Amino acid sequence: MGMIRINKLTKRFEKRAVLDELTLSINAGDRIALIGSNGAGKTTLFRCLLGHYRFSGEVGFDGADKGRRDLDMLSRVAFVPQTPPPLRMPVGELLGFAAKGSGADPAKMNDIADAMGIDLAEINTRPFYRLSGGQKQKVLVTVALARAADLLIFDEPAANLDPAARAVFIDLLAERRDASMLIASHRLEEVAPLVNRVIEMDRGQVVLDDSVMDRLKAGHFRACRIGLAEPHPTFAAALAEWGFTAQNETLFEGQIPAGDTLRFLGTLSRYASLVDRLSLETDPDGSDAGKE
Amino acid sequence: MTNPIRTTLGHMLRLELQESLRSRWFHFYAAVTIGLMLLLIFTGVAESRVLGFTGLSRLLVTYIQITMAILPLFIIVVTARSMVGDREAGNLEYMLAFPISLGTWFWGRFIARLALILVPVFAALAIAAIFGAVKGHDIPWRHVGLYSGLTAALATCFLGLGFLLSAISKSTEIALGASLLIWLLLVALFDLLLLSVLIKAQFIPEFVIGIALANPLQSFRTASMILFDPQLILLGPASYVILDNFGVTGYVLWALGYPTALGVVFAGLGYWRFSRSDLV
Repeated sequence: MGMIRINKLTKRFEKRAVLDELTLSINAGDRIALIGSNGAGKTTLFRCLLGHYRFSGEVGFDGADKGRRDLDMLSRVAFVPQTPPPLRMPVGELLGFAAKGSGADPAKMNDIADAMGIDLAEINTRPFYRLSGGQKQKVLVTVALARAADLLIFDEPAANLDPAARAVFIDLLAERRDASMLIASHRLEEVAPLVNRVIEMDRGQVVLDDSVMDRLKAGHFRACRIGLAEPHPTFAAALAEWGFTAQNETLFEGQIPAGDTLRFLGTLSRYASLVDRLSLETDPDGSDAGKE
Repeated sequence: MTNPIRTTLGHMLRLELQESLRSRWFHFYAAVTIGLMLLLIFTGVAESRVLGFTGLSRLLVTYIQITMAILPLFIIVVTARSMVGDREAGNLEYMLAFPISLGTWFWGRFIARLALILVPVFAALAIAAIFGAVKGHDIPWRHVGLYSGLTAALATCFLGLGFLLSAISKSTEIALGASLLIWLLLVALFDLLLLSVLIKAQFIPEFVIGIALANPLQSFRTASMILFDPQLILLGPASYVILDNFGVTGYVLWALGYPTALGVVFAGLGYWRFSRSDLV
């Protein structure tokens, strides 16, 4: 049974349809990367799900159309917005509100904040809006992950995080096997290891809905050959980290875990102008034979 | 899994009270409201005599007349931009993603703000009563009580208006402009000045008095006068219409009930609009 069923969801601003009869099902256990260019409708979709916007069409939760802003649904959804709000309340007050008003576990908040590298005791009395962008994002992620939510909706959650915190954040998300996720991100390679489904939106419609896990199963590998237009030590070092061996200065061979394909392609995209030839072949029997 | 957790009215009241107690507008407002009373006390207003008023009555009349000008302006300007400001800043997007009903959010803020607006006024009136007791003046307890009630009625009216403006405005600038315009209309245009012009232009008296009665500021002013001047000598011929139709008690009840009802209706309309439009 679909956890969330969206049927012909349309949201117009004046006459422009930002979501155009969007139909989608989110199943329990789905961990979705929502991608698309600016204005594709990702944030609008989130706001419709959270009941922030009026819309036409249907959004059903657990098989029932509960209407806009159903509190049962909201109590099961944790949200981190794209831009942290400039709340004037001290951090401690926000955490207290989240604990009492949404059931966020205070002990869990401390543990998550520690892992994210932020000392809640130190910033407890500081107004939230006075924190740095990264600190704000860490606090919001802390609150969201400490809630016993069935669905995590994150809108560009790692945008303000430093690389170390970003890595911890990804690990923390990966640990939340109990929750479904809907993560909008411009860095697909970052969330790729987490997700089992990629949805691309364009002009308010779903243009790609790919169940990654079906084909990129854990334990399977893909053989990859890359030819460069010219030698490039940095790129060679990046490939070495992926376990590639150099046949010569411009030709590399290796195997990548099928589940990491998106992340690998994300890495590759940074050096796109150097790539002269590329082959990526799935092992026909799907096994990892040959991988040392 | 069903999670019954909700953000209750108690959570919301506490959040809004804490938020407002921290805000500069409240500090400034409380300082002006209480400071004004202290200023009047220390400048010896209670010892002066104007139009027969002296002692604590004189102090209260002066205070309430000044309060009438600043209280509505303050309330409407601060409130009108509160929710629309939160919407523009993105605070609503985050806070309303918690399991909180729109009714709890809206009315929790309304009640908390009303309480915070009234506390400094009541504190100022209490200071006046203490001052009167220390100085040995007769304390007009009934008047102190009625002034408190009239102030609460006026505050409710303008708070409701502020919430309505905040709910329907597209931006902070529009909310601020509209609130100033409405205040100006009520204070300046529909004031006694305009009414006297209308009388001179030979409009029927009932029409002119009707305008005065419909203006919550004017009903507050007249009711505050009537407590110390039951014949409304200060008001002139208009007093005949008021006293013939209402009587002193009737008019005071009108001045207490009408602005309160108006404020609740305004706030109700604001909630209706808020809950049926895009929240962010």
